[in-house]
Order: sequence, then C-alpha cells, then structure tokens
Amino acid sequence: MTFPIFLFYFFSAILVFAALRVVTARNPVHAVLWLVLAFFTAAAHWLTLRAEFLAIVLVLVYVGAVMVLFLFVVMMLDINFDNLRRQIRSYIPVGATVGALVLVEMALTLLGGRMGGATGAADTAGSAGNTAALGTLVYTQYVYPFEIAAVILLVAIIAAIALTHRTRRDSKYQKPGDQVKVRPRDRLRVLSMPSEKREP
Amino acid sequence: MAVAPTLSHYLVLGAILFAISMAGIFLNRKNVIILLMAIELMLLAVNMNFIAFSSFLGDMAGQVFVFFILTVAAAESAIGLAILVLLFRNVGSIDVEDMGKLKG
Repeated sequence: MTFPIFLFYFFSAILVFAALRVVTARNPVHAVLWLVLAFFTAAAHWLTLRAEFLAIVLVLVYVGAVMVLFLFVVMMLDINFDNLRRQIRSYIPVGATVGALVLVEMALTLLGGRMGGATGAADTAGSAGNTAALGTLVYTQYVYPFEIAAVILLVAIIAAIALTHRTRRDSKYQKPGDQVKVRPRDRLRVLSMPSEKREP
Repeated sequence: MAVAPTLSHYLVLGAILFAISMAGIFLNRKNVIILLMAIELMLLAVNMNFIAFSSFLGDMAGQVFVFFILTVAAAESAIGLAILVLLFRNVGSIDVEDMGKLKG
C-alpha cells in the first residue's frame, strides 16, 4: 500500500465514522462537533486532490463561521432533545432502506464503467498555483455568477437579521423623524381663558 | 493495487457520504437541527465529487462550482437557522410535527 492510498483510506475512515456519528449522536452538540471533524477530514481530502484554496475556505468559512453558528443556535435554544428521539427506533428500518438503496444505485452507476476516461490526474494548477488559477477564472469567466453570489450573501444577511431582530418594548429610544417633524402646537397649547378673581 | 487513489475511490466515498446523510434525514426526521446538518453533509458529498472530477479531468470549472455551492450553502444555513430560532420562539419546540400551523 503506497502512502497516497494509505492517506485516502485513513481520512475516509475518519470521515465516514464522523458522518455516521453526526446522524446518530444522542446530543446535538456532539453532532455538531462530529460534523466539524467531518469537514476537517474532507478538507484534508481536498488538499490531497490539490484544491488547496477550497480546503482552506472549507475550514475557515464552514468550520469557523457556519458550524459556530450551528453550535450557537443549538446551545442557545433550550430544547428537550430526548423528546425528539423517542420514536427513532421505528425510523431505523426506513432510513437504512433508503440509505442502502441510494448507495446501491450510485454503485451501479459508478461500476458501469463510464468513468474509464478520467484516470490520469492532470496538473490542474499549473505553475501559478491553485488559488491564482481559481481567482483568474472567478474574476474573468465567472465574474457575473460571482457578483450574483455576492448579492445572495447580502440577501442572506438582511433576511437573517430581519427575521430574528425584534424591538424591545421597554427600551427607550429616540425617533429622529418624529423629532424633526414636530410642530410647536404639538408641544405647547395656549389657552385663552378669562382671568379669575381670587375668592375673598 | 494502484499507486494513488483513482477517481472511483473518491466517487464511492461521495456516494457513501450521501447515503449516510440520506439515511440520517429519515432517522432524525423530528429534529430540524439534525436535518440541517444532514443537508450540510449532503452538500459536502456533492462537493467531494465536484473536486474529484475537477482534479482528475484537469478542469478548474468544478472548483469554481464548489466555490459557489459553499457560498449558497452558507446563506442557506444562516437563513435556515434564523427561521429555526423564530420557530422556537413562536412555537416553543423544533419538532417537525409541531409545524402544522399553516394547515388550513
């Protein structure tokens, strides 16, 4: 067994085990942590496939931001998780059946021998490196989808904030618009009333 | 035995990951958080296939696609978790069974 083969099977074993633990873990916090391990080993796989930039992006963006967001939500919500797992045993047969079915279908497709042409590992990066090659593509050929991706991220930011933001009723804050629009008669009322004599 | 892992190695790994997350969706179909995590795992399996093809065919377009998938997946999980927080605030649970409020 050569060293690349050993690396592949080593990382694959960790990845498959972590994925299994993600879907079977009793505590969702543990599930998130197993998912972090799965992403790390997937990043290692991508490094061996010479996709360095995406491997680092996976660790930084996914593990650093998205998984922390998951962990934050799981820990913030006070959820009775045992209640959600009560009927899990009755779901095992259908889950295992569907999983096995998907796996068999994919195996039949893969073993059909249509992948024969793609055996030589071509040097994708060239001399400039993976990041430079990806950047060149993203900023020339795919610049329009790139802009759309940026807009999608902006929409996601606004949507997430608009969904979860709530104004507190008991907080005191100024409304500058109302302050500018105010008229003197809103604040001061001049009454004309006859003067009264003091009672003797 | 080959000296280096071939394309089929990575495709089978992606298929196994996809099948595990598919079974996980059925196992944890009451818990929305685990459902979201299983979807993330599915996207990882698809990305693995994309990168394997990109590397073995010598075409960088696959990596560009993974780049965009990562972007959209980050947006999706952010909005999904926001909806989850909102749901928990209004309903008091994250059970899928309790989400029948819009039923006519």
